[in-house]
This record gives sequence, structure tokens and C-alpha cells, in this order.
Amino acid sequence: MLREVLGSIFKKPATNRYPAQKLDMPDKYRGKLKFYPQKCIGCKLCMKDCPTGAITINKLDEKKFEALIDLSRCIYCAQCVDSCPKKALEASGDVELAQLDYKKLKVVFRAD
Amino acid sequence: MHNSEEFKIPFGPQHPALKEPESFSVALKGEKIMGVDIRLGYNHRGIEKAAEERTYIQDIYLIERVCGICSHAHATCFIQAVEEIANLVVPKRALYIRTLIAELERVHSHLLWLGVAGHEIGFDTLLMYSWRDREVVMDILALLTGNRVNYGMNTIGGVRRDIDPEQIQQTLKAVDILEERTKYYIEVATQETTIIKRLSGVGVVSYDDALRLDAVGPTARASGVKRDIRADDPYAAYAEISFDVITDDHCDVYGRTVVRVKELMESYKIIRQVLKNLPEGPIAVRAPRMIPAGEALSRYEAPRGEDVHYVKANGTDKPERVKIRAPTLANIQAVKHMLKDRYLADMPIVIAAIDPCFSCTDRLVSLSHIDSRDKKTITWPELHQFSIEWHKQQGIDFTQLNKQLEERLKKC
Repeated sequence: MLREVLGSIFKKPATNRYPAQKLDMPDKYRGKLKFYPQKCIGCKLCMKDCPTGAITINKLDEKKFEALIDLSRCIYCAQCVDSCPKKALEASGDVELAQLDYKKLKVVFRAD
Repeated sequence: MHNSEEFKIPFGPQHPALKEPESFSVALKGEKIMGVDIRLGYNHRGIEKAAEERTYIQDIYLIERVCGICSHAHATCFIQAVEEIANLVVPKRALYIRTLIAELERVHSHLLWLGVAGHEIGFDTLLMYSWRDREVVMDILALLTGNRVNYGMNTIGGVRRDIDPEQIQQTLKAVDILEERTKYYIEVATQETTIIKRLSGVGVVSYDDALRLDAVGPTARASGVKRDIRADDPYAAYAEISFDVITDDHCDVYGRTVVRVKELMESYKIIRQVLKNLPEGPIAVRAPRMIPAGEALSRYEAPRGEDVHYVKANGTDKPERVKIRAPTLANIQAVKHMLKDRYLADMPIVIAAIDPCFSCTDRLVSLSHIDSRDKKTITWPELHQFSIEWHKQQGIDFTQLNKQLEERLKKC
């Protein structure tokens, strides 16, 4: 007990100085999804397998697709990443997803 | 209040001593508990029914969310049943990885429990200590699976992520730190007077009662019942791993603390063996989307006790029935027994001692008076008719809609 107290006096605080010092997430952490429209073939397997219906693939034109991802519904299981046969989806390590505006949680990925 | 008068007080659903909402009605005589009435159902979420309307792949993530702490337990238990129906041979490496995550989860759950138990008896230093150390195992779980809770590691036919040698080194390092800390907790649990005096003789369940009331997990093992699915009916890689089933003969909350703390040491032993003997090979076999018709029952030793899942498949991509028996449901009857003739002040710690997870346990309960004569069974068509009549009374008529639907179905 005493050792713990004395040791803690000289230790730096356990908390991070958060906005200044970003969190260190491990590699391959399942954060916000990324979509690569060029790779998508529109098979919609990701839509079929998504447990919460967070992802919608729309056909814009011949071989052109856009993805609507509702981050408020996404549970970050990354099943869509596993289901995608063309690797058009990827889980990024981005975990800072809090938004004040609800509409900002709906993300659209489209090829320009 | 007169001591001779018996009165009832509600304990929950919203109560500062409970970490989850559940309703208890306590009959008191003075400070003494005369009886406890447990009313399940406050937090009922209808997961079993929801699982019937989703595909097997979606169900993995749904069932993982039955419990936030034993999420791997529920997911693995469900998947084992599905794999048995589909006759899949899971690769050995996948089984070992499942075992590894299961044991890391047990470490995280038991450390969490130790903190909660400390908090319930006013020993908050223990809460701070054990929850700080829990971060170590949480970080390892995030590293291996990609999520801190609800790991999403399982899939039908194997696991979704492989482990590389660097991760093995990091896990071993974390286990060394945790083992050092756990030795300290064993010392605290067996020598600290505050803990021994507060927990001894509280919430007693004798060996016979534990068997009679079907207690499971650490609650049963603390009463000397040597019951552990990992040893009795080995699943995953447990058949090839040597470990001891920890039992204790204190039969009270103190015994449950000792069992859990000692089980941590067994978990480290299992993790080391798994990482040392990790076989090479693929991590998953391809599973069909349509699972053939059949049924299976699967058992799993979750951190809280035996978890049972029953799955019935009908040849489509959705299960026909999923039945979940979470460990808390088995232990809740023992709580009633433990609290009888004890004092009200013991109630929080006695409830906390079974490591309850009420959301997993909650199911729909219908209460009817024991003498009531209007008890009857309603068949499915009758229920359907009843629902139509009820909606008509509310001013909603589905007849027209139903006709349209039938016509549309005919066209198809």
C-alpha cells in the first residue's frame, strides 16, 4: 500500500491530455468504415449481411455506385468488410465519431 | 415501524445498489428479510424472437449483444450449435483462438466483478485497483479482435482474425503483469480483515442447496459443487489443455470471491498453454448461408456459469428457434434462498455475488393468481384472431390490407 502511494507521487497522471494528445488505437481497430466506389460491383452482400441495416448501396449509373453509411446505426462489427468480395469496404481506425448534428452521422461515399 | 409488523418494500428496478434494472419486492420484519419476490422482465428485449427474423450471420452480432461482458460466450455458444447442425469441422487454430479470447474475457469479467464487489461493500480502493488492471486485458482484447467489447471475433466455421507472433508476445507480457497483480488480489482476499469479516457467513448456500437450486458457475463451485463445462463437457480446445476446477467450501460470498480470484490464475495458465501450443493452419472453413434443417443444444462455461443455447434450423438462412439460458437465470433462485432471514444491508452484496446480468436473464413473465380459474391455453390461430379483434376495437382494420396482400401473393 505504502509503496503504491509513494510510487504514485512521482508518476505522471494516468489520464491523457485528450484533445491535444490523441488516443493510441491498435492497428486494425474497427472504427469508421471507408468505401472505395471504384471497386464496388454492386452485389449488395454488405447490405444483406449488415446486422443493423446501416449500409445502403445505390446504383448511380452503369458500374457506378454510392454507399450511404448511417454511423448512428453501425455497430462496428465490420462484417461488411468480410462479406465484400472486392474489398471495396475497409474499417479505418477512426474512432472520434461524436457529432452534435445528427445529420452528420449519415455519410455518403461517392466517386467523383 | 414496529418490529413485529411485516411490510414490503420495492428494491429496484431503479436502485442505486443495482447496476442493472431489476425489480425485487422484499418482505421485511424490522431489518430482517422474510422473503424476496423476484420479478423478471423489466429489461426484456425480445432477442430470441429478433434472432428468428435475421440471418445466421446477422444473428452472431445480435446474440453477441445479449451480454456486454460475456459477449464472446454467447456468440460462441450459438455458433457451436449452428456448426453442429451444419456438420462443420472447425479448424484447430480457430478453436484455440476462441479459447484464448474466452479466457481473456473471463479475466476481464472476474476483475470487473472483483471491483463491483469491493464497491458494494464500501471498499472502493479495490474497485480502483482492479478496474485499473482490467484496462490491461481490455487493451489486449482490442489489439487481438479490433473491439474493446463485443469483440466480433467469431464467425460460423471459425474465427475472423488471425494472431501474429508479435501479438502473442504482447499478450504474454500482459498476462505476466496481470498474474503479478492477481497474486496481490489473492493476498487481499485471503488476508484482508475487512473483506473476510464483511463477506464471511453472508449469502450462504450449502452444497445440497446449491445442487437443489441448480446453481451454476462460481456460485456453485464456491459451495463445493465441482461443476465446470470446460472440464465436464469440453468444447473448443479445452480437451487438450490442463487446468484445475477451483472449488471452495466456504459456501458464502467470501467463498465466491476466493473462487473467482483463484480462477484468474487458472485462466492465465490456460492462456499460456494456448499461446504455446497454437497450431498452424487455416482459421475458418467456408460456411453455407443456408443451414440444413436440424436442432442442436450447446453448452459453454461463461464467466458467470453455464450458458445454454438451443438452435433449431429449418433449412433456410434464418433459424426457426433460438433459446438462450443465461447463467444468471440459473442462479437467481439461489439468491432468493441466500437472502432469507438475512439483513437488508446484505442484499446488494448478495445479489452482486452471483455476478448478475439481468438483461441476459430477463424474459417475458405473465403473472396469474394461483387460484384463478380463467387460466387457458391459446393456440396460434386463436391468438391471431384475438389480435385482429383487438385492433378492430382500437379502430384499425386489417381486413382490406390482408385481401390486398393475398392478391399480391397469388400474382407472385
